[in-house]
Amino acid sequence: MFGIETLGGNAQAAALVGVVLVEAMVLYVGYGALTAALSPTVRKAIGGE
Amino acid sequence: MSAGLLALFVAFGVLIGVLFGFFGMGGSFLVTPALLVMGYPSRVAVGSGLAFVFGTSVIATLKHRDLGQVDYKLGVSMIIGTTVGLEVGKEIVLYLEELGLAGNIISVTYVLLLGGIGLFVTYEALKGGDGGGVSHDVDGDADIDADDIPELAKKIQSYSLPPMITLRGGVQVSLWMILLVAFATGLLSGFLGVGGGFIRMPALFYLIGVPVPIAVGTDLFEIMFSGGIGSFLYAQSGGVDLSIVAPLLAGSALGARVGSAATSIVDEDEIKIYFGLMLLLGALAVAVRQAGNYLGMGVLDYVSLALILGSALMVSGAVLYSAVKSMRAPSTAGSSTAD
Repeated sequence: MFGIETLGGNAQAAALVGVVLVEAMVLYVGYGALTAALSPTVRKAIGGE
Repeated sequence: MSAGLLALFVAFGVLIGVLFGFFGMGGSFLVTPALLVMGYPSRVAVGSGLAFVFGTSVIATLKHRDLGQVDYKLGVSMIIGTTVGLEVGKEIVLYLEELGLAGNIISVTYVLLLGGIGLFVTYEALKGGDGGGVSHDVDGDADIDADDIPELAKKIQSYSLPPMITLRGGVQVSLWMILLVAFATGLLSGFLGVGGGFIRMPALFYLIGVPVPIAVGTDLFEIMFSGGIGSFLYAQSGGVDLSIVAPLLAGSALGARVGSAATSIVDEDEIKIYFGLMLLLGALAVAVRQAGNYLGMGVLDYVSLALILGSALMVSGAVLYSAVKSMRAPSTAGSSTAD
């Protein structure tokens, strides 16, 4: 995946950990924006306001 | 990977994320047994479990950093002990794998550990105590009251083996005790492929006497490093499968948002007993799978997987149900501050 398998040993391991780190940060920012945008609507819908 | 399997991983990630976001621990320990049940080799199940824990803890630490609930001095001390423990744990797994015993021994350890902690949490929940869980309402910056320090922690704090270090909350403890706790929890992390939060957080509170909010925040900070180091060590020997980790993480990041939002509107005591039961069901699931292997009954693998998914679904569902119920109740509808 992502061409990581072409790397060897330590470089491949570091690249795998790096991909997970980048994915986590992207998800944190992305879901944060999504939460901020949709939270009021969802609260209103669930709260029955 | 098939679309069905991808969807299963994302959905499983959402369930785990809700648990992690709500309790501040737990959930990731379900990944490795689930992967083992699904037939992945021990090395991949443990390594991918650690990589998932790493990604989840990065997201959780970013949130707790803003709340000032991280003791960096304690965290760095813990990292040193944990790193050594992780390396030893990994070597044990690789050695047992060569002997063909890794799957069995990891499973038995899981059963004993999950079952023991599950019994403890359920017992505490039934008697109305606050052990084994996370209080969301404690001020992390306040000095800890002597009456709030567990007796065992007071005993350990009384050992003045230099160098002594002062932690947030005014706790003073020998560095050697911290390193010992860190090594033991790191060993279990490396051996079982878990972040160790469900072991380390109670250990920080019950053994060292760190206030609960600081224990949670520092634990997550430390898991970020131990998970990263553990992932790297396993990735060196081909133990990290991104096709497993990426969808799990995508689901759990979303679930964690929902779970952490629920903390401000749900009474945790209502949920704690479900959490204890989930741990017990997790232990039962691994035991059923082992029995299936021993008896040569493949169908028990599916029973085991259903127990793992069912228990995660039960507790996540209880959290979401209580959250929705609280939001719809007129007295609390306008008082929530969750994100």
